[in-house]
Amino acid sequence: MILRMRGIAKSFLGVRVLHGVDLDVAPGEVHAVVGENGAGKSTLMKIIAGVHAPDEGTMEIDGVPVSFGHPVQAQRAGVAIIYQEFNLLPERSVAENVFLGREPVRRGLVDRSAMEAATARLLAELGETSFGPRAPVRRLSVAQQQVVEIVKALSQDARIIVMDEPTAALAGHEVELLYALVARLRERGIAVLYISHRLREVFDLADRVTVLKDGALVRTAGTGDVDPGELVRLMVGRDLGTYFPPRGTGPGQVRLSVRGGGNAVLDGIDLDLRAGEILGVAGLQGSGRTELAKALFGAEPFTRGTMSPLRPASVRQAVAAGIGLVTEDRKAEGLALRQSVRDNALLVARSVRRRGRDAPGRDGAPGRAGGSGRDGVTGLLEAVRLQPPEPGREVRFLSGGNQQKVVLAKWMTVAPETLIFDEPTRGVDVGAKAAIHDLMRGLANDGMAIMMISSELPELIGMSDRVVVMRDGRLAGELPPGPSEEAVMRLAAGEATP
Amino acid sequence: MSDHADSAVARRAAAPEPAVPPPGGPAPEDGQRRARDGAGNGGGRRWAGIGPTQVIYLALLGVMAAGWVLVAIDGGDFLTLETVVGIQQRSAALGIVAVGQTLAILAGSLDLSVAYVISLTSLVAAEIMAGRDGGILPALAAALAVSALIGLVNGLVITRLQVHAFIATLGTALIVKGVLDHLYDGPAGRVPESFQRLGYDRLGPVPVSALLWAGVAAAAWFLLRRTRLGYRIYAVGGDAEVARLSGVRTGRVIVATHVLCSVCAGIAGLLLASRLGAGAPTVGTDGGYDLESIAAVVLGGTALAGGRGGVGGTVGGVLLLAVLDSVFNQLEVNAFAKDVVRGVVIVAAVAVYARRTSRRRSR
Repeated sequence: MILRMRGIAKSFLGVRVLHGVDLDVAPGEVHAVVGENGAGKSTLMKIIAGVHAPDEGTMEIDGVPVSFGHPVQAQRAGVAIIYQEFNLLPERSVAENVFLGREPVRRGLVDRSAMEAATARLLAELGETSFGPRAPVRRLSVAQQQVVEIVKALSQDARIIVMDEPTAALAGHEVELLYALVARLRERGIAVLYISHRLREVFDLADRVTVLKDGALVRTAGTGDVDPGELVRLMVGRDLGTYFPPRGTGPGQVRLSVRGGGNAVLDGIDLDLRAGEILGVAGLQGSGRTELAKALFGAEPFTRGTMSPLRPASVRQAVAAGIGLVTEDRKAEGLALRQSVRDNALLVARSVRRRGRDAPGRDGAPGRAGGSGRDGVTGLLEAVRLQPPEPGREVRFLSGGNQQKVVLAKWMTVAPETLIFDEPTRGVDVGAKAAIHDLMRGLANDGMAIMMISSELPELIGMSDRVVVMRDGRLAGELPPGPSEEAVMRLAAGEATP
Repeated sequence: MSDHADSAVARRAAAPEPAVPPPGGPAPEDGQRRARDGAGNGGGRRWAGIGPTQVIYLALLGVMAAGWVLVAIDGGDFLTLETVVGIQQRSAALGIVAVGQTLAILAGSLDLSVAYVISLTSLVAAEIMAGRDGGILPALAAALAVSALIGLVNGLVITRLQVHAFIATLGTALIVKGVLDHLYDGPAGRVPESFQRLGYDRLGPVPVSALLWAGVAAAAWFLLRRTRLGYRIYAVGGDAEVARLSGVRTGRVIVATHVLCSVCAGIAGLLLASRLGAGAPTVGTDGGYDLESIAAVVLGGTALAGGRGGVGGTVGGVLLLAVLDSVFNQLEVNAFAKDVVRGVVIVAAVAVYARRTSRRRSR
């Protein structure tokens, strides 16, 4: 075994994300690591690559115990990691990127020709002829940049290469090229740790597969010893012990309707969203879920197709038409962290006036009574159950759950007819999760149309009146209330069409 | 901590299809349309185009041609020996400062203290020389040491105390200013005649000061193109995190660029002392070397955020500013109009670069 990990455990801020995981990888082996979002794959890989140090457990490379305090130490020990977000300098050449930080020198000066020759040799060994060592990285396609990352790893004499969802950004035919590359790495005796959701890739490429679930090792098996269905069950099987608020009484009129919607990422989107329902949107990372939300919200607008009441070309138009978005990344996109709860809650109301009405307020519905004054905000914060409801606090001091409630309050002020939630409970503790679920259902019962994107399948299934599944920028199918996780995963991974 | 998917998707979105055209602008040319799909001979002559450095020299030629025509219409003669020498002399001090500034900006930093460093070194040098030939060497050593020390402080404040370069160097500038204002009311010290030759002698049409500038620029060019430090300056300015994860000690690189930038300001201070025959507490600020050097760097196509550009562009930027000056002087245009035109030129140049960059940007 080139890599041997035993009992690896890791917690972040008191939340345990890995529980005693074991992993063995042999030279020349392609070892897939699969699991749902949040299963701990990325954390495990970052531990191997020296980005995080494990709290417990041991790691050996070639039988020698190692512990990395910095990614560079892992590199020196022969571990390279290729992230989805490449670590390349777009303005520099391929060779300069490959040898960054390790430029060969001769008599004190950088030996450019040696650098380029070595890069050219590695490119040739990988069968890459479409670009040379002098090409600026910014001119390369995503697939070519991936090759540069692999060359960089090889030039560091990496013996273990971790690839994090390497096909997520590749077009179909580029995936074939990646397969060929991985095969070459295997021939060189390099161990490849291959993280992917896509079961077909796992069975095409990997010798063995390790399944993680909720931070724990479920099973490691040869890919010949399991079938895809079993793998899906291993990935998702769990007790659905969580409580979700009861579903609504049935949908009302159509609030939002898209026909043939498309843009650079999305294509052929047909979707109706009705008053009073929660529509769940499932899909793997990169399937276009967030892009769908942003298209409906006018942030990355549709460029094709029709949408009623209107196809927003900007966020302002969408908000004026009664569409709101609770973003996936609330810290970057949803909140001004250094401003007060009040300022955040009033952000939308102050910027956009809903057409045909004064900013806040239809009567009767909880949370919509918010005026723009002091009392209004307090009422609003009570309606979203912010604890404690202090309008003056800076948002950054709030917990994740409370921050999300402030985002919600922000939208209440303009009383949208349609509210899109992108990962509404990510990074939120269990109690706040339930409160947010209750709020969402309450809003739907009051007649709001809600679309919810979530990577947590139990949440999505438990909350949604209908589930649509996205794959490669399209709607892969729709499932009735309460589908099984396996049914969702099959659609999402392209295992079956309904 | 696991979700890079969105940016990955965004990138995919950018690759196979042109992104949504910004309102009012043409669709961005999809510079990275996958070479693999066809022609992909990698380097991609198709996208070759001309870089900012070429743009600035073309602009320089254009301004010279326009100046020649305008001056001729005005009844003058543009390219006389006198004007050529004048352009070189005017640009030498700014040029030297701007070369140093280029290094700092390429590394993603910048230095607002150069103007006061210039004043300080002019005084240090003139005071130590005190009109004696024997004082020249100690004065040079002291001036360069003082400027290097200031650069070191700038660099350490930025990297160790994590103060943004803008504030760190502004603070240094204020400190030096306070000291100078306290100690001096006007010019002080005296430079011996032999040292004044640096500022006034010339070899044929080429002033010695221009040669000094050329030497400094060539050294910086060599540093950037042939040494590890040069490569790492680009890396740190391009993406400090990528550099760090590749084992580059990013802090050291930034400190080194600040020391070099400050030393360049010190050299400019020496040159100005030689011209004035003395040191002066306002020689740096009167010349506006702080903001003007940054303007020249940016005019030369170096990205203010770092990681892209080079010394060649900066030299062109400085020359362009000097030629503009020379044209205006010959046409005897009012000085305020001159500033307006300079402002327009700088903003227009950066707008042109921004447009070119956004067209070919890969992330």
